[in-house]
Amino acid sequence: MKAFAQLFLSLDETNKTNEKVKVLKDYFNTVPDTDKMHMLALFTGRKPKRQINSTLVRNWAIEASHIPTWLFEESYHVVGDLAETMALLMPETTNSSSKTLTDWIAEINALNDKTEAEKKLWLLDSWAMLDSQERFVFNKLLTGSFRVGVSQNLVIKALADISGVAAAVLTHRIMGSWLPQTYQYAQLIAEQDAAENISRPYPFFLAYPIQETSEKQKTPAEVGIALGAAADWQAEWKWDGIRAQLIKRGGEIFIWSRGEDLATEKFPELHPFLHALPDGTVIDGEILSFQNGQPMPFNVLQTRIGRKNLSRKILEESPVAVIAYDCLEYKGEDIRSKTQSERRLVLEQLQAATLFPEVFRISALINFNTWEELGAIREQSRAMIAEGVMLKRKGAAYQVGRRRGDWWKWKIDPLSVDAVMIYAQKGHGRRADLYTDYTFAVWDGDKLVPFAKAYSGLTDAEVNKVDYFIKRNTIEKFGPVRTVKPELVFEIGFEGINKSTRHKSGIALRFPRILRWRHDKPKEEADTLESLKALLGE
Amino acid sequence: MAKKPLLEFTNSGIYCARGRFYIDPWKPVDDAVITHAHADHAYVGHKHYLAHHLSKEILLYRLGQIQLQTVAYGETVMKNGVKISLHPAGHVIGSAQIRVEYQGEVWVVSGDYKLEDDGISTPFEPVPCHHFISECTFGMPVYTWKPQVQIFEDINNWWRSNLHHGVATVLVGYSLGKAQRILQNLDLFNGKVYTHGVIENTNEALRRNGVLLNPTERITADSVKEEVRQGIILAPPSSVGTPWMRKFQPYSFGYCSGWMAIRGAKRRRAADRGFVLSDHADWNGLISAIDATGCESVYLTHGYTATFSRYLNEIGFDAHEVHTLYGEEDPSNLPEGEAFNELTDNPNANKVLSIGEDLSEAGGSVS
Repeated sequence: MKAFAQLFLSLDETNKTNEKVKVLKDYFNTVPDTDKMHMLALFTGRKPKRQINSTLVRNWAIEASHIPTWLFEESYHVVGDLAETMALLMPETTNSSSKTLTDWIAEINALNDKTEAEKKLWLLDSWAMLDSQERFVFNKLLTGSFRVGVSQNLVIKALADISGVAAAVLTHRIMGSWLPQTYQYAQLIAEQDAAENISRPYPFFLAYPIQETSEKQKTPAEVGIALGAAADWQAEWKWDGIRAQLIKRGGEIFIWSRGEDLATEKFPELHPFLHALPDGTVIDGEILSFQNGQPMPFNVLQTRIGRKNLSRKILEESPVAVIAYDCLEYKGEDIRSKTQSERRLVLEQLQAATLFPEVFRISALINFNTWEELGAIREQSRAMIAEGVMLKRKGAAYQVGRRRGDWWKWKIDPLSVDAVMIYAQKGHGRRADLYTDYTFAVWDGDKLVPFAKAYSGLTDAEVNKVDYFIKRNTIEKFGPVRTVKPELVFEIGFEGINKSTRHKSGIALRFPRILRWRHDKPKEEADTLESLKALLGE
Repeated sequence: MAKKPLLEFTNSGIYCARGRFYIDPWKPVDDAVITHAHADHAYVGHKHYLAHHLSKEILLYRLGQIQLQTVAYGETVMKNGVKISLHPAGHVIGSAQIRVEYQGEVWVVSGDYKLEDDGISTPFEPVPCHHFISECTFGMPVYTWKPQVQIFEDINNWWRSNLHHGVATVLVGYSLGKAQRILQNLDLFNGKVYTHGVIENTNEALRRNGVLLNPTERITADSVKEEVRQGIILAPPSSVGTPWMRKFQPYSFGYCSGWMAIRGAKRRRAADRGFVLSDHADWNGLISAIDATGCESVYLTHGYTATFSRYLNEIGFDAHEVHTLYGEEDPSNLPEGEAFNELTDNPNANKVLSIGEDLSEAGGSVS
């Protein structure tokens, strides 16, 4: 555990990519193979099952810290991280422990059939033998939420460097579900793929935006200069649903979301078409709600995501279909290295043969001869319930992760309104103890009605200034939320707007964020609810 | 009717009506007693200043030609029958707590303070009083400091390791206080100490005041970059990310501040290394300092005042929150100096303040 705690500390102590990779390599080179796999699981979002609920952990931590509960809560708001708060508040210890990461995770998993009293005893004992930094990572293990500021790519790069196995191969081998207890490091780095895992998805190929921000518009001519001849590219609509990989292998079907969650059971209406696919087929596509053959906005799909039980009502109100983008595996063969056009042909054949064309749809290619023509078509995106267009080089392979060059997204400009900040709350992580989470309002007559929350879009310097304003212009405090003197005006951008019965304003926004701080606008000139509702029609 | 308290909180600062003087006022007044020379305590524009001897040169450097009287710790000054004396606060060189006495009633204004002997500032001494006006910049239990020996061991090791890896070492801390504390605790066998102009100006003022500091070399246009990269560079927070700093690349950049105790705050500064080193008292330090005064009531001027006063009341103190313009909840969020400008330029400064609400009542209960 000391090595793992030190890894965290060292990663925090550098912002340079090369040094982070070096720190990761040093770690891999010092710890046993089982620790490597546990670390890999944790750093790729595969946290151990929570064995003690976090309320109990929190209560026992308060006990061990000898402070009142309210003070613990206040401390948490200052620190912005539960694991760290608990680690900071407990008294220093002089004991130490030589248990490895593997040992600790085994102990945590063994708590499964223990009584609450036994769990408590174990936890208090464990805390007493760890120093503050070890306690912090240990608490992270217990409570989940491992965000480390290190991308999976860096971890893979370090592993590739020390093992000699290509990064793309390693990325593929850690996709899908596996357990660090059973997946061995030797298997991971074997020359030939040693693991038989029919559910394993391929790493998703992701596109960068062609225009970095909505403020840096690119004209069709500029896109042309960047990408070359229009004839080398295929264009599709950029759909706003759940990106997914759909697998049929060995008579079984699997649906993976991009977050590598197995979501097979969430989409029963897709099962028949998947079962009908030939064995050894993997399709990349977007899952959307459809009604009468028309894609629905994301908020319709949202009503069924996250539900444990899909009632008949839900399935009727929000039926889904998949819009297929690509075929990655055909007849059991990985065809990712074939060109976009070749894979497209395979996909078209598969789709043409399906008996379920209502749910197995194909992402239509947009006909265009020039970038100007495509630019004009892109303007219709919102009417198509699309976020813009996707550009894919016809000669390109299906690559691993987010890459520049062969895939680009060309999104439409966001909608925007000018709104007044009225509430603020402190952020978490690197924004701890700073007011960074804001609620915005527009005018409804002479009242300000809250309609959106936004967390991002300001520079660090601006965040500091807004924080300074909030701390000096608080009208009221409700727990962690401050009511702020309405004065600051911001331009809020969003991708879509829908009616909502759950919100006071009667509307819900898709991806709201701060586009800029309108220093030039007094609060009286912010937009009205009426003008916001007028956008509903678009 | 309740007697008027000896010290009260006004729109201009902490005021003694009986003695007709202010302590650390933020608006121009006739007579100001200054705890220490930091910008949020020593404002420009007062007719007369009283401070400790060791604050003299630094005040003149920062505020220009002012009418300044300086005294030693423990020396008594009378103003309109009120007895004033300064006592070590241990915050920075020359920092003082202000003891005010009239007809047996004693108030102490802490200014900023820390309990640990930093080896350069005169160490903090508790001053018994009836009413203690205290800071609580780090008044949350998550802030507990380690002894500075440990921190400086880390700093010196980091410097050595940077030399070994061929990267320059840039260490950031406030120009008055932190910079000198660091300077006096560096392992000079590692190399020479180079300073940013703002820090060197401060060092020179202190040396004029007779303070013995380790040797430093001001970085100028004529400095040889490769020589500077072999030493350690002391820089103020305002220099972070500037072209001035970038010319020493490649470097590792360390930040010395109490805020570094929290991972999020540390990541926000994007420092390569965060060293938890503060010139303010930590949670336990604040409580023991307040306890040591034996005071009947304590007034908290800046920092986590709401939380800390609630806790103090729970453990049996009579604690009150007051609003002043001292400090920032997180001063390192703003570049050094900016806080000062923002405060004076802010047209809302008066409206924002809510001062002196229940104080006359609180003060009256003593009589």
